[in-house]
Amino acid sequence: MAEKTFTIIAETGLHARPATLLVQAASKFDSEINLEYKGKKVNLKSIMGVMSLGVGKDAQITISAEGSDQDEALHTLDETLKKEGLAE
Amino acid sequence: MSSLLKGIAASNGIAIAKAYRLVEPDLTVKQKEVNDREQEVSRFEEAIQTAKKELEAIRDRAKEELGEDKAAIFEAHLLVLSDPEFLNPVKDRVQSSGVNAEFAMKETADQFVQMFEQMENDYMKERASDIKDVTKRVIARLLSVELPNPSMIAEEVVIIGEDLTPSDTAQLNKEFVKGFTTNIGGRTSHSAIMARSLEIPAVVGTKTVTSEVENGDVIIVDGIEGEVYINPTAEVLKAYEAKQTEWDSKKAEWAKLVNEPSVTKDDYEVELVANIGTPKDLDGVKENGGEGVGLYRTEFLYMGREELPSEDEQFEAYKAVLSGLTGKPVVVRTLDIGGDKELPYLHLPEEMNPFLGFRAIRLCLEEQTIFRTQLRALLRASTYGNLKIMFPMIATLEEFRQAKAMLEEEKAGLQKAGVEVAEGIEVGIMVEIPSTAVIADQFAKEVDFFSIGTNDLIQYTLAADRMNERVSYLYQPYHPAILNLVNRVIEAAHKEGKWAGMCGEMAGDITAIPILLGLGLDEFSMSATSILRARSFIRGVKRSDMQAIAQEALTLGTADEVEKLVEQRLK
Repeated sequence: MAEKTFTIIAETGLHARPATLLVQAASKFDSEINLEYKGKKVNLKSIMGVMSLGVGKDAQITISAEGSDQDEALHTLDETLKKEGLAE
Repeated sequence: MSSLLKGIAASNGIAIAKAYRLVEPDLTVKQKEVNDREQEVSRFEEAIQTAKKELEAIRDRAKEELGEDKAAIFEAHLLVLSDPEFLNPVKDRVQSSGVNAEFAMKETADQFVQMFEQMENDYMKERASDIKDVTKRVIARLLSVELPNPSMIAEEVVIIGEDLTPSDTAQLNKEFVKGFTTNIGGRTSHSAIMARSLEIPAVVGTKTVTSEVENGDVIIVDGIEGEVYINPTAEVLKAYEAKQTEWDSKKAEWAKLVNEPSVTKDDYEVELVANIGTPKDLDGVKENGGEGVGLYRTEFLYMGREELPSEDEQFEAYKAVLSGLTGKPVVVRTLDIGGDKELPYLHLPEEMNPFLGFRAIRLCLEEQTIFRTQLRALLRASTYGNLKIMFPMIATLEEFRQAKAMLEEEKAGLQKAGVEVAEGIEVGIMVEIPSTAVIADQFAKEVDFFSIGTNDLIQYTLAADRMNERVSYLYQPYHPAILNLVNRVIEAAHKEGKWAGMCGEMAGDITAIPILLGLGLDEFSMSATSILRARSFIRGVKRSDMQAIAQEALTLGTADEVEKLVEQRLK
C-alpha cells in the first residue's frame, strides 16, 4: 500500500472544483484509493464521499492507494493537488 | 384545434413560433417487484449511460454558450453518475430485495440528500439539490418520460411553462426563444421583468396554457394585448404576421428618437432612464436612448450563486455600469432581498408574510457586514461616473438616518485609508411604503431624492399581495389613493428643491405617463424597451394639458374612472 499525508491550502477546501478534479484523477486507476480525514475514510473515486467529509482549509488529509498501479496513482494525485494549488 | 387564451401582457411585441414545454413531467416513483433482477440492474446501467450522454451534451453546450465556469456544475453532476458509492447501493438494493430500479434509486438518493441537507456547511447543504437534479434525470429515463432541456433548444420556439424561475431563464438562448407564456405571474413577477430585459414578447398569468399546449403546436404570443393563440387558423396567422410587421415599423419610427430629448411640445423636459439588473443590460439602455439608470437592482449580483459576492467583485460590476454610462446618472439601489427574492445561502427562516417581513433595508441594518461591504464597493466605484445611492423599503426616518450614518462611516474609513471617493454623492430613498409617502415632507428635508417604487407601494396601499392571483384585481396603479400619494411625494420633494422619480412599472405605463407628467414627476425609470415609446408620447403632448388631466384625476373615486378620463382626453 502507498500513502501520503497532505495539508490543504486552498481557501475553499476540497469543495466543488477541487473535489471534482481529484475524483476524476483517482477514477483513472484500478487501485482502491481512499481519503482519510479526522479518522473517517472514504472512497476517493466517490464525489459524494469526498464532499461528505467537508474538508476545509488547513485540514490534514491522508491518501492511500492499494493495487496494481498504486504508486502511479499516488504520484498522479500528489501532482494534481500541487499543480492546482490545493495542498502541500 | 385552434383556441385563444387571455393573460397579462408582460412584455411588448408579437412572437410566432412552435411551442416548447418547459414543464416538469410526473416523476412519481412506485415500488414494484421485478422478476429478473439481473435485467433490472442492466436497465439501470443503461439509464445511467443515457443520462450521462445527455449531461455531456448539456455540459458541452454550456461551455460554448456560458463559459467554463457555468459548465463546471454539470461536470460535478457527471461525477455523481459515476460515483460507485452512489450507484452500487442502488444495484445492491435491486439484487437483494428485487425492487424496481427507480425505487431503489430514489431511496438511495433520498439518503444522500438527507445527509447533505443536515451538514453544517452551507456549501454542502446546496449539494443536496445537485443530487436531486441528477436523480431526476435518471428516473425520467427509467420511467421513459421526457425531461425538458432548455439549454439544448436549437430552433425558434415559444416557451410554455407554469412559471419561469431565474435559473430557467438563465439557460434560455435568446437566439431561439422568441417569446414565452406562463400559467402564473403578473406584470411585476420575475419572469415578466426578465422578458422585458431580454426584449422578447411574453404573456403571463394565462392560468391554463401548460395544460392546453403540446410540444410543437404553433403559438402566437401577443405581448401587446395579452393574448395567446394556440394553433391559429390561417386567417388569424396572416393577420398577426401583418400586426408583427406593423409593430416592427412602429418600433423603427420610435428608434429615430434615440438621441432626442424627452421634451413636451411646450418645452417641459423630463428624464427617461432605465431599470437594469446587471452591467450586461447597458447595451439595451444605450440602444433605447436611456438618459441614465434610474434603478440598478444590485440583488442580481447576489443571486444564482452559492456565497456572497466579494467587495472587489461588486466594485467591478458598479464600475462597469458607472463608466459605461459616461457621466449619466446611475441610481444604485442597495441590496433588496427578501419578499419574492430569496438568497438560499443566507438561510433566512421562512416567514408567514415575507413582503411584510425581514427584507431589504431591514436585513441590511441587521446584517451590517453584508451592507457595509456593498457600501464600500459603491463608494470605491463612485469616482467612475455619476453615482446616486438609494435605500429600499424605508419605513421610518430612523432607518434612513442609520443607513446614511453607515455610509458616512465607510466613506470616512476609505478616505482615511487613502482611497478616493467622489464628493457630493446624492443619497435618496425608495418610497414604497405608505408611511413614508405620507410624511414625505419630513423625509424631503433629509434625503437628496425620492424614487417611488410603485410595485410595492400599490400592494401595500391596497393591502393586496402581488403574488396572489385571486387579489390581482386590486393591483391598481391608477387608483386615486396611489395618485394622491404620488402627488404628495412629488410636491414634498419640490418644496425642498429635491427631485422625485419613479422606478416601478407604472413609470413606463402609457396610461399613467400623462398623469405623472402632469403631477410634475422629474424622472421616469422603466424597462429600457419602454423608453422610446414613452419618449414618442411625451414629445407629442403639452404639459399644460397633462396638468389639467392630472388635477382632475386626483379628484376621482375609482381607478376605472381615471383610466376613462385619460382615454377620453387623449383622443
